[in-house]
Amino acid sequence: MEWIMAVAIGALFMIGVYLILTKSLLRVILGTSLLTHGVHLLLLTMAGLKRGAAPILGSGSESYVDPLPQALILTSIVISFGVTALFFVLAYRAYQTRGTDEIDGMDAEGKEADS
Amino acid sequence: MNNLLVLPVLLPMVIAVFLMFFRKKVVLQRVVGLVGGIANVLIAGAVVLRVRSEGIQTLQLGGWEPPYGIVFVADMFAALLVLAASITGLAVLIYSFASIGREREEHYYYTFFHFLLVGVYGSFMTGDIFNLFVFFEVMLISSYALITLGGDKKQLREAPKYLLVNILSSTLFVASVAYLYAAVGTLNMAHLSQRITEAGQGGVLNVIAVLFLIVFSLKAGLFLFFWLPGAYGAPPFAVRALFGALLTKVGLYAIVRTFTLIFPGDPSFTHGWIAGMAAATMILGGIGAVAYRDIPRILNYNVLIGVGFVAFGLSASTRDALDGVVFYMLHDILSKGLLFVLGGMLIAAAKTDRLDGMGGLIRRRPGLGWMFFILALALTGIPPLSGFAGKVLIVRGGLEEGMLALSLVALASSLLTLYSLVKIFREAFWGTEPEMQQEDEAVRRQKSKKTSKAANMKSTSGAALANVSAVVLLLFVIGIGLASNGVYAFASQAGETLANPILYIEAVLKGE
Repeated sequence: MEWIMAVAIGALFMIGVYLILTKSLLRVILGTSLLTHGVHLLLLTMAGLKRGAAPILGSGSESYVDPLPQALILTSIVISFGVTALFFVLAYRAYQTRGTDEIDGMDAEGKEADS
Repeated sequence: MNNLLVLPVLLPMVIAVFLMFFRKKVVLQRVVGLVGGIANVLIAGAVVLRVRSEGIQTLQLGGWEPPYGIVFVADMFAALLVLAASITGLAVLIYSFASIGREREEHYYYTFFHFLLVGVYGSFMTGDIFNLFVFFEVMLISSYALITLGGDKKQLREAPKYLLVNILSSTLFVASVAYLYAAVGTLNMAHLSQRITEAGQGGVLNVIAVLFLIVFSLKAGLFLFFWLPGAYGAPPFAVRALFGALLTKVGLYAIVRTFTLIFPGDPSFTHGWIAGMAAATMILGGIGAVAYRDIPRILNYNVLIGVGFVAFGLSASTRDALDGVVFYMLHDILSKGLLFVLGGMLIAAAKTDRLDGMGGLIRRRPGLGWMFFILALALTGIPPLSGFAGKVLIVRGGLEEGMLALSLVALASSLLTLYSLVKIFREAFWGTEPEMQQEDEAVRRQKSKKTSKAANMKSTSGAALANVSAVVLLLFVIGIGLASNGVYAFASQAGETLANPILYIEAVLKGE
């Protein structure tokens, strides 16, 4: 089971890094959100995949799953949701104001404005 | 158990939420912020005194015994930083009244300001590494909002890069936490320290340590600072003061905490990395500060020199050096806040941020000029100002460890600091005021009327408020220097905890 997770995490990281290295801001944002998914899977896998019952008191099972990683992932999902939403709005605003969503275009114009 | 510890986090949070409902009532927002800021300084002072008399204070949130629940820990280091941060926060708040402009004030500026403070204080106080991530995010998301707020072209150009760098480092942070949890099975910092000591640091734990170093260095601007000069040049000066004084220091605090408490076991490996990064930061920061001729960049590179200096103290990690780290960080928070406040006032007075278009300001603004000069001396480390004691302790620690080259780099970086700031002082305040400026002014005034009428609404009362903010910070910068002995007693208590993590562990795991 672990090796499937490892492959999935690797694929998510790979695609995420690839997207972040492209020019378009939209793709970069998608890349960051894929990277975050990869990290969440990593967190789940590193803490040990399911090896017992749900951790509810009195369910009479011998072994329980560690609930902590899920709490961490939940927190992290909420944060990344908020940040991604903000990033999209910012990208849209930058696109409206500057007329391009390419990070390179931002640089070139920036140099003109600064000098 | 001490419920006092949650107040520095709780108070700005309540204020931030409260202010959301009154976005048009600027006066109310200012008054509430001011009262809250003063209250927070008093609370932070009370925490420091309590820690001084009774040792490390802990608060188990929700009554969960450590290591199961989240715990707030105030050792002297954290308490002092919260105090310095709240003083700087208050002063920057007053400077915001004068400089930020009504437009931004009506668009939740103070709400984001207070949420940023929540994140900063929380990061200092928490004793749980995942909770540290959460407070980092609270702080960063507020900083995303503050760096974008206003929507100038320059801000919209720099903000996406700033967001991207920080999102990547946060992603890496979660990944490092995942590895750490897999390796030792706990997230409480004291418990982590204990288990890593039992297991012996090496192999995979060293890899995890370096991952954390990368994450925090990205946030602190330690060597991985390529994003900093651009991003810190975008928002208004009040926001820059907040960023320069607090954000990088929180990253530094995390590095110091991690490598004194959690990963102190293999200094020849980890501290070597830190030493190299510190040297590179000081050299590159110094070169940057000397090379540029526009004030924002010079100030931004000066932030980096301070970061490098603290990291140098950590890499030496002798008792003296750690006392120096505490002392220097206190000085750095206050004086970097002051540096940006004065820089903002200077640029507002000269109406340009290029040194070439300045001169002769000493006639119009003598007070500003001399404050800037005193600050330049303080940042260089001239006694009896506040930078001196910290630098002496850190360099002495470095020499004890035989780090001669690094000590020389550190001293040279102080010289470069002095050179870069005196350059500003000489060219902006002495000489004659360029004549072209008067013609320019009319044109510029018309232009700026269109883009931001708020910037032009500067009245004399605004300048007075900015002066109040600068004088408050300057008094602390001078006061810390003059009362070095008194402050040293506190700093040395903090350094003792950093040097002996066992004190921290006992306070957290066996506390009540």
